[in-house]
Amino acid sequence: MNRSVSSSPRPAGALRQAAGVVLVVVAALLALRQLGVWTGDALLWPIALTAGGLMLLWRRSATPLGTLREALPEAQPRMVAGAALVVLGAVAFLSATDALAQARSVMLAALAVVVGIALIFGPAWLRVARALADERAQRVRSQERAEMAAHLHDSVLQTLALIQRRADDPREVAALARRQERELRAWLAGEPAVPEVETLAAALRAAAAEVEDLHGVPIEVVAVGDAPLDESAAATVQAAREAMLNAARFAGAERIDVYAEATPERLEVFVRDRGAGFDPGAIPADRRGVRESIVGRMARAGGEARVHSEPGGGTEVELVVAR
Amino acid sequence: MTRVYLVDDHGLFRAGVRAELAGLVEVVGDAGTVAEAIRGIRETRPDVVLLDVHMPGGGGVEVIRAIGADLPGTRFLALSVSDAAEDVIATVRAGARGYVTKTISGPELADAVRRVAEGDAVFSPKLAGFVLDAFAAGASELPVPSDPELDQLTPREREVLQHIARGYLYKEVAHRLGISTKTVEAHVSAVLRKLQLSNRHELSRWAASRRLVD
Repeated sequence: MNRSVSSSPRPAGALRQAAGVVLVVVAALLALRQLGVWTGDALLWPIALTAGGLMLLWRRSATPLGTLREALPEAQPRMVAGAALVVLGAVAFLSATDALAQARSVMLAALAVVVGIALIFGPAWLRVARALADERAQRVRSQERAEMAAHLHDSVLQTLALIQRRADDPREVAALARRQERELRAWLAGEPAVPEVETLAAALRAAAAEVEDLHGVPIEVVAVGDAPLDESAAATVQAAREAMLNAARFAGAERIDVYAEATPERLEVFVRDRGAGFDPGAIPADRRGVRESIVGRMARAGGEARVHSEPGGGTEVELVVAR
Repeated sequence: MTRVYLVDDHGLFRAGVRAELAGLVEVVGDAGTVAEAIRGIRETRPDVVLLDVHMPGGGGVEVIRAIGADLPGTRFLALSVSDAAEDVIATVRAGARGYVTKTISGPELADAVRRVAEGDAVFSPKLAGFVLDAFAAGASELPVPSDPELDQLTPREREVLQHIARGYLYKEVAHRLGISTKTVEAHVSAVLRKLQLSNRHELSRWAASRRLVD
């Protein structure tokens, strides 16, 4: 389809070319007249018109044969214009040479022949045109099918094959299935394969997807409102990612809930797991995760991080930053 | 034991849910199409219908529309992989008592079914998020709320929903807010009522975009 678009010239370009040819022909005729090789001014217009019309028509036949039928509908107006110009040229020639009166009966006969041919071959031509259109639609459909098949092959079938090989590792299988589900869902929704991460919610979902893939723990992200990913929002996402990583690594929870709420006043993100929990007061000083990557990062962004946890009661990390 | 009817167009999924719910609730039947579901539910008169949001031929909304009014004893709980807010909200507005995602575990699902059978509303974190979004967005755009009772959430209701969206169970929410579990349930039921009856601009826009508003 692209081929025909690129190889069939635009009508405007064709017209300009035809006008150019007409001007060149007129210039050549004027030059001849200047040189004294001239039969009479009456021939000027017939020749110029015929040249322009032929230009339009011949350009047409210069189109490569393979794309002819695809170019046909777009080319028709140009064909008609070209033919009209040539006929006009012929009529002008005949009237200029006073042959019009005699030519009338001949033209009538020619017209009758043309109409006859159209009646005889018209239906056949229509059938061919219709068959070509059908063939074209078929090709578009099969192209779409091929595209979908390629996508399913690269994504779903690969994942299914992987799942069969890893059947003995339920966690891995679940992670594979979940990642595939996410991809397929994004594809069905028409989202780009690599989503543009420009908002808080999108960035949180991307971070959650990454942690899910790394550790095989499902993470459910619920976002209310959204905000552009400015510096403090980005810091909040980083801190939330660290909290998700901790929950996935240490809590042993079956799933992690992430809730984000963006209001005009502030951003809030909660990362919650129902896992082992720990005593926040007893974090060793060398555990940089919570102290540096979460609390420190939020403080530098002008926000605050609070960790609520108790052994056996799960953990919730609360991140707040003013906008 | 709570009698449950299962409606989902994926046979494999119905079989999985049946297996997960075995012994926890009584599954009295299942259906893969809207027409089949309407017939089956009329015959078996279950306590709770687990309803897929997306199905060929109309989905959960059509099932509720067709029989919801005739069977006051039967309650509906939407169960779906659909992430689209408008689909979920439309099903709840049609009369479902809640919405849970298909990633829910068997015991959790059985618990949700029992709560719905008792007349409670069941909000998953996802639904709580959708509802907060629907009632928060464009609050200031409304020139005059047509019915302030229905069109706004009370601060307490917002708080309860936020905790549910954060992944807390009802009893954990109750504990954290220092109220009883019954009170949490009352708040959620009130929110469900507002969701179903409010004509808030955002809600109707969601529904209208799916051409589900009459």
